[in-house]
Amino acid sequence: MAGSTIKIALIGNPNVGKTSVFNQLTGLNQQVGNYPGITVERKAGTCKLPNNIKGAVLDLPGTYSLNASSMDENVVIELLMNKNDKDFPDVAVVVTEVENLKRNLLLFTQIKDLEIPTILVINMSDRMEKKGITLDVPYLEEHLKTRIALVSSRKGTGMDHLKDLIVNYTHLNTEPCLNASSIDPEYFGSLRKTFPQQLLYKLWLVITQDANFGIIDMKELQGTSFTKTKSELKRLQQKETVKRYQFINDTLKIGQTIDTTAAKDLRAKLDRVLTHQVWGYAIFFCVLMLIFQSIFSWSSIPMDWIDETFAGLATWVQDSMPPGKLTDLVAQGIIPGIGGVVIFIPQIAFLFLFISLLEESGYMSRVVFLMDHIMKRFGLNGKSVVPLISGTACAIPAIMAARNIENWRERLITILVTPFTTCSARLPVYTILISLIIPERYVLGIFNLQGLTLMLLYMLGFAMAILSAWILNKVLDRKFKTFFVAEMPNYKVPMFKNVAINVLEKTKAFVVGAGKIILALSILIWFLGSHGPGDDFNNAEEIVTAQPESQSLPENELADKVASYQLENSYIGIMGHAIEPVIKPLGYDWKIGIAIVSSFAAREVFVGTLATIYNIGSSGEDENTIRSRMEAEINPVTKEKTFNFATGASLLLFYALAMQCISTLAIVKKETNSWKWPVVQLVFMSGIAYLASLIAFQLLQ
Amino acid sequence: MKTTLAALKKGQKAIITDFNTDAIPLKLLEMGCLPGNEVQLLQIAPMGDPIYINVSDSHVAIRLETAAEIDVILVTE
Repeated sequence: MAGSTIKIALIGNPNVGKTSVFNQLTGLNQQVGNYPGITVERKAGTCKLPNNIKGAVLDLPGTYSLNASSMDENVVIELLMNKNDKDFPDVAVVVTEVENLKRNLLLFTQIKDLEIPTILVINMSDRMEKKGITLDVPYLEEHLKTRIALVSSRKGTGMDHLKDLIVNYTHLNTEPCLNASSIDPEYFGSLRKTFPQQLLYKLWLVITQDANFGIIDMKELQGTSFTKTKSELKRLQQKETVKRYQFINDTLKIGQTIDTTAAKDLRAKLDRVLTHQVWGYAIFFCVLMLIFQSIFSWSSIPMDWIDETFAGLATWVQDSMPPGKLTDLVAQGIIPGIGGVVIFIPQIAFLFLFISLLEESGYMSRVVFLMDHIMKRFGLNGKSVVPLISGTACAIPAIMAARNIENWRERLITILVTPFTTCSARLPVYTILISLIIPERYVLGIFNLQGLTLMLLYMLGFAMAILSAWILNKVLDRKFKTFFVAEMPNYKVPMFKNVAINVLEKTKAFVVGAGKIILALSILIWFLGSHGPGDDFNNAEEIVTAQPESQSLPENELADKVASYQLENSYIGIMGHAIEPVIKPLGYDWKIGIAIVSSFAAREVFVGTLATIYNIGSSGEDENTIRSRMEAEINPVTKEKTFNFATGASLLLFYALAMQCISTLAIVKKETNSWKWPVVQLVFMSGIAYLASLIAFQLLQ
Repeated sequence: MKTTLAALKKGQKAIITDFNTDAIPLKLLEMGCLPGNEVQLLQIAPMGDPIYINVSDSHVAIRLETAAEIDVILVTE
């Protein structure tokens, strides 16, 4: 056996500390990826076992049973049903928690029915004494037909025993603990006769889940007497659940004793405050303020530093490499492209830090409980709160956070409206436009008018998200009844290791996932902006130099003018001109058109593009320079300022409402598994943006 | 006294007697919300909905519309 690898799958209910057990087993030897074709997180890692044996550990998504109600849960069943899957475990480790043993054992009895070697881990054993719980482990091992490891993932105890059990997995009893088919002997008897090759419980799962899992052809079942109506099936599933609980209760009656006088409940006290009519909302509001504060204020320090570093790096490459296309690609395409991704790391990391703290502590479930009633009216779910808050950093991780909404309809609406919330990429655009059109004045002595405008834009984002949810709720058909079942886990002090690993992995997933698209588009836009058809582009330098008014210009201003002329005649400049008739009613000229087209990679590109168009490239992206240049810009037709109040307001609305983010569209496509929804989103959001900007400009003009 | 789970007051305990299987998500049954089990109403959200219950040691929040489908008998202490 030495030198060989054992495949281990960790399975368990949510909130039992399964991920802590995984972290204890693997340490930092883990990789987070996606299951092929879907975006359910796949966490895998390796661990060292006794006798030089290696363990390949797979942390499966948390599930309450083998009857899947979400995409994450489906992954568990699909894997356990398919013996040919490369991840199919040699041994299943079912993680349970000492305080919720009864409910946790339901899943355990189902896994046992699949006749896979199974070890039972009872976590948080360090709390047993405090809770007055004693377990008769030998009795439980005998009746559950398994081996038990009592562990505390928090204190790291019991791991060696678990590893010993894993190494000796071949000695595990693979018989089911109970005969679930006795709920309808006639039905299951004839099912067994018809498909003697298959495991009865697997067949039952195929029938109830309405999916074939590759073990038998669904067609073989259809038309036979084995298919039943949904209602009949559910009645049988209910009987099955009752049967399993009977067995579990009988087993625990002897195997577990609870001295209820020992249990002092912190939960009840905290719940009274955190879900209180007034305090509940007040505390939630304070937590939100803290999150916003960290995203906007604390993260600006590392963000400025990243910004400067990448700008410096680009300049250095431009100056020190031999001039040519390759240098331009690196200095103007790749480096700013990577910089555009890296700049978001501080905000994303802060956001995930807070979200994982809130989730680990159990507080997030109370927020879900507090908010469900309000959200329900708009076709959303209490669980939609998490994506909507996360959306203020970036829509991509926010949309991924919608996964734990079981109801497809509510999840879809959440995904569709989340991009309306003001993500951090809109911030640089807002900042520069507000400084142009809103005077720096104080109202009532303390409120900065510019700051108020920014706040108004954030509120507009939330309001639009809620309003569109309300519209979608009316429009989308209600095929299924919506359900809301949210577990309220016990409060826990978050574990540093879990939070740190979570922040690290989520941030990495964002950088790699969204980063690829942003980088690719940055390079594409660089190409379109630095290449053009015809002589106007290629001979820009001679044409500009030959102009009489260029003669007296100093060298760097002349170079800026050439760059600007080139941009006007590049592919992207031609695109800007082409869309001018469409955007003219909104108050934009072709230059703004270029900025809008290039914003499709990421909104914040707007500022950089304008810097190039207004030929101030050589002075860098200094905000004040761009600002004064934009302020001085005169519309050649109307002879008025281009960035007057009307145009500025119209642009602000456009950036607030339009769908201008390819990465978001890509993630929506992935999460909804169809092109329909990203297209709907693009048309709907951009349509609203166009209308709102049109109305604003025409009224204010 | 016969009533539904939706009519319980904060802190009251009851025994589940029956429910409309088609109107209850399977997940709730699997969490232990089954006939014969004891249920206690722990908290009511500020706007009256959803409610937060303890059913055979599972702590879960459900909407009133679901709770109204669950018949219970009050436990008098």
